[in-house]
Amino acid sequence: MEAFQLYAMTAIDILGLEKTYSVGFWRKTPRCALKPLHLRVEEGEIFGFLGPNGAGKTTTLKMLMGLVYPTAGSARILGMEINDPRMKAQIGFLPEQPYFYDYLTAGELLNYYGQLSGVPPKERSRKVREVLDRVGLPDVMQVQLRKFSKGMLQRVGIAQAILHDPRIVFLDEPMSGLDPMGRREVRDLMEQLKHEGKTVFFSTHILSDAEALCDRVAIIHLGELRSVGAVADLTSSVEGKIELVWHGNKIPSSMKALGADCHVTGDTVRAVLLEGNQDAALEALRREQLRIISLIPVRTSLEEYFVRKLQPSKAVAGVTK
Amino acid sequence: MSGRIAYIASNTFREAVRDRVLYNLIAFALLMSGAAVLVGQISIGIERLVVINLGLTAVSLFGIVIAIFIGIGLVSKEIDKRTLYTVLSRPVQRWEFIVGKFFGLAGTLVVNALFMALGVFVALLYVSHHFQATDGWVLIAVYFIILQFLIITSLALLFSTFSSPLLSAVFAFSLFVIGTFAEDLRGFAGLTKGIVRWLATGAAYLVPNFSALNVISSVAHEQPVAGQLILSNTAYALVYASMALCGAVLIFERRNLK
Repeated sequence: MEAFQLYAMTAIDILGLEKTYSVGFWRKTPRCALKPLHLRVEEGEIFGFLGPNGAGKTTTLKMLMGLVYPTAGSARILGMEINDPRMKAQIGFLPEQPYFYDYLTAGELLNYYGQLSGVPPKERSRKVREVLDRVGLPDVMQVQLRKFSKGMLQRVGIAQAILHDPRIVFLDEPMSGLDPMGRREVRDLMEQLKHEGKTVFFSTHILSDAEALCDRVAIIHLGELRSVGAVADLTSSVEGKIELVWHGNKIPSSMKALGADCHVTGDTVRAVLLEGNQDAALEALRREQLRIISLIPVRTSLEEYFVRKLQPSKAVAGVTK
Repeated sequence: MSGRIAYIASNTFREAVRDRVLYNLIAFALLMSGAAVLVGQISIGIERLVVINLGLTAVSLFGIVIAIFIGIGLVSKEIDKRTLYTVLSRPVQRWEFIVGKFFGLAGTLVVNALFMALGVFVALLYVSHHFQATDGWVLIAVYFIILQFLIITSLALLFSTFSSPLLSAVFAFSLFVIGTFAEDLRGFAGLTKGIVRWLATGAAYLVPNFSALNVISSVAHEQPVAGQLILSNTAYALVYASMALCGAVLIFERRNLK
């Protein structure tokens, strides 16, 4: 009971999970795919696992799904070991670029997955219909998957991941292969899942998706965790700078004296300057009777933060031992 | 059998049917009808012997070819196409997946063999216009052929867990050919001495003894099959297939699905 309470709020607890493959003809050369990873994801979060291609995101997900065995470390999901079938009944997983039994229809495939997940027979056909509706494929129940486009397969993949009403949904590159409308729909779906109290753990290298959706993100590169935190914290104001925008194309001479970095675009001027010079800059604009459009603190984008987190690692000799 | 094993077996059976595996029955039907008509014209008094020999040999070969060509891809294809990921991330144990796949293909082969056996009986009826009591032995021969399928399916599945489809096919075919001559191999071992005898005897007992499971010629000559042989062959096939399946499970349990 105590152990249950300890983990009740922790959806995923990764404790030093590590993976090294043996490569080469004699398999004597170790290649580290994931350095010891410590990570905790709370229930109800949308958690983004970010990193460039080959960073170790899929390896981590495969270890959590029990598809690849860790070299060291362990992980617990909903307080249970990763090979515990009771835990697997409570999670859903969308692999990267999913491929399904293409001789089946969408209805047959989802029914099969429902059987394997222990969905009761009486509820199965209703759940299959509901989940196909939910991912925007209401009319494909009887269509064989070999006739599906890549985007439709991705939607079926999401459908099979949420079919059995799991508490945690793991999605590996869920936006892959989707058009802008599809991406929007998947984003909406992920937000709905969050509102239903589910935990969403998804990997991506599309940072705008992560920025729009995630409560927290982790950045991984070359198998090493570089950063974890709330998106708002990671993208907080940088060096106390503000951005001031006004109408017109005139730049008061005093602005340059204040150290403002000014750019004219059409009939607006954008200036970036230190927060401490804000009042003096506003006074200068008022003196010149220029109409102020906006004044906002400069925040770094998640993309800028991400790039900054990856750059130092390029000097490192890499993870290949 | 747990529910999940039954679901996996049923899906494997459905895959084989949708991949038009049972189309081989058409080729078999053509072969049997052609043979029956031809035999009726050119042979006198041995029509039944020829039809039983030809029919049961075809049942065996068609099934073995299907067992090997589907069996070698049962696991490796699922890994290559990554269809396995969405199965094993559910409450499905790896051993359940292997056992389910085995029963699915074995079920396909049994259905296939039963349809072909029906074809043999139809051809027999065509050439001799009536059934006789000894025709019942044909069913024993078909049963032994099905036992062969269980062994070869388990071996193909075993190879599929660690090897490429091409190598698995080579291994499985080689074992089938060597196993067909297992009695000869045992005879050869008896003629040798020293370490060669030791190795030959070991190899003779390691390869599946398909020759003991082949009673086609006896049945065609209307010789009865001993009840003792039925029991020992059943036990042998079940033990051999179970051991091969255990090997497949042991390997697959340790495998990283990269």
